[in-house]
Amino acid sequence: MLKVGNYEFSSRLLLGTGKFPDFDIQKEAVKVSGTEILTFAVRRMNIFDPDQPNFLEKLDAENFTLLPNTAGAKTAEEAVRIAKLAKASGLCDMIKVEVIGDFKTLLPDPLETLRASEMLLEEGFTVLPYASDDVILAQKLEELGVHAIMPGASPIGSGLGIINPLNISLIIEQANIPVIVDAGIGSPADAAAAMELGADGVLLNSAVSGADDPVKMAQAMKLAIEAGRLGYEAGRIPKKRYASASSPLEGMSI
Amino acid sequence: MKLIVNGASLDIDQARTIEELLVELKLAGKGAIVELNQEILDKSQHAETRLANGDKVEIVHFVGGG
Repeated sequence: MLKVGNYEFSSRLLLGTGKFPDFDIQKEAVKVSGTEILTFAVRRMNIFDPDQPNFLEKLDAENFTLLPNTAGAKTAEEAVRIAKLAKASGLCDMIKVEVIGDFKTLLPDPLETLRASEMLLEEGFTVLPYASDDVILAQKLEELGVHAIMPGASPIGSGLGIINPLNISLIIEQANIPVIVDAGIGSPADAAAAMELGADGVLLNSAVSGADDPVKMAQAMKLAIEAGRLGYEAGRIPKKRYASASSPLEGMSI
Repeated sequence: MKLIVNGASLDIDQARTIEELLVELKLAGKGAIVELNQEILDKSQHAETRLANGDKVEIVHFVGGG
């Protein structure tokens, strides 16, 4: 069970909803992924296009917990405004705090992320900050009272996987709240690796929506996250420099 | 009545409330979230919140994102 604030989930995969080729593929990918949490962004409606679809309706969003993000925010104040807009939908009180500090790397601004998280906690949100993989920042966010920490594996959409597994594992080791590895996951192996490090969940988007076959990749991610979690719970063998025979050395007939 | 909606200057014929504005723009029932003069409105306030000439209205919604 993944417990975030007052919410409980049996799936440990959080799926983004951006950049899918079309609604049919997206719906099928969401279904086979087994996810219970979908992320969204908040943007202006096109007031001159009366034919635009209702995105939430297209995805049957009422069957999921919605995790809107504050993407586009460069300051804590902007993030708080976006979070409040999202909450005014009446559909959710969870927020993925995302305050970008640099638009080339899309790396999160740690100071503004911390400040936004504090402000949103005061407003009563369930707060999940997307943060850099900084161990001390993770401590400070937990001290504030955030409901989960979401360190990035590598830059958003890069598909580079976990660049600093040591930091991610230190963040996991010290945390008393869920750690959800967010951003940069490229392949099922990356997702499994995050889970084997002991992550409580993985949030990914482009790895599925940008795959040649998003539906198949959604299933692969589901299985990878389950396999990684089982492997973590089972406890892997230590790594050694030399061999240990798995067949008995006694009783050989030659 | 003139309004600034999502940064665009609009002449509104009929609408006198937020709810009526969404109907006039054919955006009703599409998950619109509305901010009026930088004050975010709950959905339950759409019907009762009246518009005035020169109001600034932001209409946003959920889109795909990660």
